[in-house]
Amino acid sequence: MSTHQISLQLNGESHTREVESRLLLVHFIREELNLTGTHIGCDTTSCGACTVLMNGRPVKSCTVFAVQADGAQITTVEGLAQNGNLHPIQEGFMEKHGLQCGYCTPGMMMTSVALLKDNPSPTEEEIRWGISGNLCRCTGYVNIVKAVQYAASKMKGDSNG
Amino acid sequence: MIPGSFDYVRPKTLSEAVSLLGKNPEAKILAGGHSLIPMMRFRMATPPMLIDINQLSELAYIKEEGDWLRIGAMTREADVDRSDTVRKRYPLLADTARVIADPLVRNLATLGGNIAHADPANDHPATMLAYGAQVVATGPKGERTLEISDFFRGAFETALAPGEILTEIRIPRAQARSGGAYFKLERKVGDYATAAVAVQLALDGSGKVASAGIGLTNVGLTPIYAKAAAESLEGKKPNDGAIAEAARLASDAAEPVDDHRGSEEYKRHLVRTLTNRAVTQALKRAEANAGGAA
Repeated sequence: MSTHQISLQLNGESHTREVESRLLLVHFIREELNLTGTHIGCDTTSCGACTVLMNGRPVKSCTVFAVQADGAQITTVEGLAQNGNLHPIQEGFMEKHGLQCGYCTPGMMMTSVALLKDNPSPTEEEIRWGISGNLCRCTGYVNIVKAVQYAASKMKGDSNG
Repeated sequence: MIPGSFDYVRPKTLSEAVSLLGKNPEAKILAGGHSLIPMMRFRMATPPMLIDINQLSELAYIKEEGDWLRIGAMTREADVDRSDTVRKRYPLLADTARVIADPLVRNLATLGGNIAHADPANDHPATMLAYGAQVVATGPKGERTLEISDFFRGAFETALAPGEILTEIRIPRAQARSGGAYFKLERKVGDYATAAVAVQLALDGSGKVASAGIGLTNVGLTPIYAKAAAESLEGKKPNDGAIAEAARLASDAAEPVDDHRGSEEYKRHLVRTLTNRAVTQALKRAEANAGGAA
């Protein structure tokens, strides 16, 4: 067994911990930092429920070791709202009923935030392509696409205004 | 699921990585980790040590140099997909990078890992066979270059010697009047191919095929080079009949087995159909390609 000291920024806060090398990032976030918004769905790198941003890119945190995140900037769903205001993507999922059971929602939102940063005006096809690594078993994706479109237009409005 | 225990080391240079691997022959190289970590979670792999090469930014690049497009082994699939050079000049590679696993996986998965893992279901191996690519291996004695046609020895087995790390992939530099395409059938995004076909063609001044390469994904224990199919196109201006003949020969070269993705017969039929489509698309792209820089 080997343990390592790691330091990372999570949602803007610094954390330093001693971790076993085999600890997965998703377990570190949920069990060491007690942030349970990041979900574990399939445990097989398929479903995307555990998606977080690592240095700005969405990744499946069940397929990264915590020790690999040493020095990284991580954003989880808890980091989306700012000063008590929901992020436009959170508002979108609420306004457009983009969730039913809600299990996939944090992952969907993290992927969508990165998608909109790269491409502020995605077509429906680009949205569907962009979230194709995140599985939802309830909605049929229709309202998820609408939620992302809502966020896209809200974020453009904000930056214009 | 939790992987077994292992030691973890994170070298800062390639030579340090090579030296660590030399001293720890049972260690595995951790690149994108998107094949290795799932195998470790299932305990199908229990390496005593991981040598994490994610800090080696010297292995992440895409550049045209001399006769080659040189791609560092740690280049992420997402960066291959986003590269202007690849999108404009290497359509076969662009097609391939875009259908590997899913967008989240592509943010970490690497081109070198996809090849070095040598899973016959992986996509780049067939594409590299179609291109006639080379791979560069770096070991204790320095670098050596291997032809991709000699690289895949069996399922999950390569010509890399103990202590060697795959460090670069070289694709012949794109020429005017050349083009390629990758056609893959998958049951859903993120699944491995039921079958997939990679085609790369170069035309001469009269529109005849000067050279052709055809690779097949996940229809055998290794990626398969469909030699007879590729040669059947050379020296011809392929019409529908010639394309159908190449497709039939590619289907003959496949060695599929019945599994949950389909029967042997179905997969052979699929290889024929996908080869037909990929050759047609590659021809169209080659004819439209006047050359020019990215």
